[in-house]
Amino acid sequence: MSTTRRQFLQGAVASGAALSLGTAPAVQARPNLTLPPKAVGLLYDSTLCIGCKACVSACKESNNLPPEFSTAENLWDTPQDLSGRTKNIIKAYKEGNATQKDREVDGHAFIKHSCLHCVDPSCVSACPVSAMKKDPVTGIVTYDEKDCIGCRYCVVACPFGIPRFEYDKAFPKIVKCELCNHLKPGDKFKYSACAQVCPTGATLYGPVDQLMQEAKRRVALKPGSITRIERGRVGSGDIYEAKLTAQYLPRVYGDRELGGTQVLKISAVPMEKLGMPELPERSFASVSETLQHDLYGWLALPAVVLGGLVIAAKRTARPDDENEA
Amino acid sequence: MSSHAEKPAPLGGPLVTPLTVTLAGLAGIAAVILLIRFIFGIGSVTNINDGYSWGIWVVYDVMAGSAFACGGYAIALLVYIFNKGEYHPLVRPALLGSLFGYTLAGASVIFDLGRYWNTWHIFFPPWAQVNSVMFEVAVCITLYIGVMWIEFSPAFLERLGRSDLKKKLSNWMFVFIGLGVLLPSMHQSSLGSLLIVFGTQINPLWQTMMLPLIFLMTAITVGYAVVILESCLSASGFKRPFEADLISRLSLVMWWFLVIYLVMRTVDLAWRGAWAEAFEPNVMATSFWIEMAGFILPVILLASPAARRRPDRLLISAVALIVGTLMLRLNGFLIGYQTGAGWHYFPSLPELLVTIGIIAAEILGYIVLVRWLPILPKVEPVKIAR
Repeated sequence: MSTTRRQFLQGAVASGAALSLGTAPAVQARPNLTLPPKAVGLLYDSTLCIGCKACVSACKESNNLPPEFSTAENLWDTPQDLSGRTKNIIKAYKEGNATQKDREVDGHAFIKHSCLHCVDPSCVSACPVSAMKKDPVTGIVTYDEKDCIGCRYCVVACPFGIPRFEYDKAFPKIVKCELCNHLKPGDKFKYSACAQVCPTGATLYGPVDQLMQEAKRRVALKPGSITRIERGRVGSGDIYEAKLTAQYLPRVYGDRELGGTQVLKISAVPMEKLGMPELPERSFASVSETLQHDLYGWLALPAVVLGGLVIAAKRTARPDDENEA
Repeated sequence: MSSHAEKPAPLGGPLVTPLTVTLAGLAGIAAVILLIRFIFGIGSVTNINDGYSWGIWVVYDVMAGSAFACGGYAIALLVYIFNKGEYHPLVRPALLGSLFGYTLAGASVIFDLGRYWNTWHIFFPPWAQVNSVMFEVAVCITLYIGVMWIEFSPAFLERLGRSDLKKKLSNWMFVFIGLGVLLPSMHQSSLGSLLIVFGTQINPLWQTMMLPLIFLMTAITVGYAVVILESCLSASGFKRPFEADLISRLSLVMWWFLVIYLVMRTVDLAWRGAWAEAFEPNVMATSFWIEMAGFILPVILLASPAARRRPDRLLISAVALIVGTLMLRLNGFLIGYQTGAGWHYFPSLPELLVTIGIIAAEILGYIVLVRWLPILPKVEPVKIAR
């Protein structure tokens, strides 16, 4: 069988269309998602944190999570990292002799690790079965094990390393902070347990816009100044006066990382030293979804390519099969 | 249609041989390990962790395994779309390899899914999440496995003596052939797109918007490499004549695909200013060069017409390409991936044994079916006695 030029060109066009899948012109880029109207979150102030880990304990109580032992006596809940049993953890930074708090050199500092509730979360974009969802009103990133297939694309995708998986269970699930979204009236905790129990106001719960104002107010303060710090949640009225010793860095982590997060962090030690990654402003989810929409929007491109392929195959397949039959 | 004169026929011969028994044993070991996994959890037999939650069960069994199973797709592209009828004798053996590779890649997903009993959620609202690259991959691979079984069914129907059904099906076969080219184009490229949402966690050597094309091109070229390898191995293993004319011409097609791929990869790395990463004194850069060597070596080895007729060169080139394709996937998903300090992953022995068992099951199935079904072109006895 010889190929005519015409037939070959038809094949070339069909396959060329298939091969150009990766270079299709952008129809319309999917921009970063924006903050939901009544977004809630946390403000974590590393300079106020005393590392008491009351928040770690309260989180376990509120979420009914078992203890994790890392000492020989197996007496104390001493998680070393986030895990299938721990949704919130306080870690310490140490350098040199570590004597002075909130100093990068010869100092130490604390950092809270828990879900940042991204404005445009990678985990939600990655999840093939809508088990990870972002609440359209509060912006809380929730997880429902009833929907989940356990593929762990969210675990790999999250640039903050937040979703964790129960590798030691026959019927495992993903574990991550949902900002105590499950609480009902009458429960012991009224809002995010970590914020409710924090004795210094290092973790503050509230509307994201107000948390952002407060974060910006604080990072502008000078060492030695006396300022009013609210504990628990914005508007709780539980206020005390604190004398600042640390020099804040002029940065609110989460104001633009991947298009922003609903958990904001401020500190006197650089965030990268505290284990927070440097990230671009454009969300990874928007990059990925723009590509997917270009290629598969309305299935237009696949339909055109399929048409070309079927026409080509109809011309070539029939004689072969007759020959075989 | 003289090129189609060699009709496919069952090979016959013994099914119980030392090789098949060994393969069945390896598959059996994997089955026992998987039983433990389903009772005590994935962590009881693997080394995956929250820093590297995808291990070789995903990256080899699914990502690389399905790429190695692209022989049927790559040959169909040539025969039916580019109308190169002379390659028709390769269609059935290639399709059988693909059928097994994909079916096992699809099935092995279940071993890795933590909540496998919910797998069906992917295909139905309200669960189906169309923005997810994983959704696209899962739907396309599932459909393609179905399409391949339909494409392959004439071989079964022949064996069962249902030529009436076979004839009916053959009238519509072009639709399934079209789908059989479209669907792998979609999901093999999407296997690359899976990496895009990982963002800066992937080293710039592998994080690019060209990922879909990079994965697609390598899937097609490795498809040809696997067909060449299968042809070399079945020539020696089943004592069949080596199809030198056909394979040397096929290797030229592969050679051109490779040249285009390498140009594309080189320009993309330059365009993004990522070449500097390739000269860092680290594991990632080393691994990058191993990957690239797998694609460059065949271009050198198969540059002349005489070289493309040498079984040794063809075999080495095919193996190099398979290694390169595997390394691209390992690099993208594991070696080039860093989600934070302090995480390590290397597959455990049971984890490796499961992957080996799946490969063994694949080879075993291939041997059994070519002996039982009309797949390989019939060879005149005279030719065998050379």
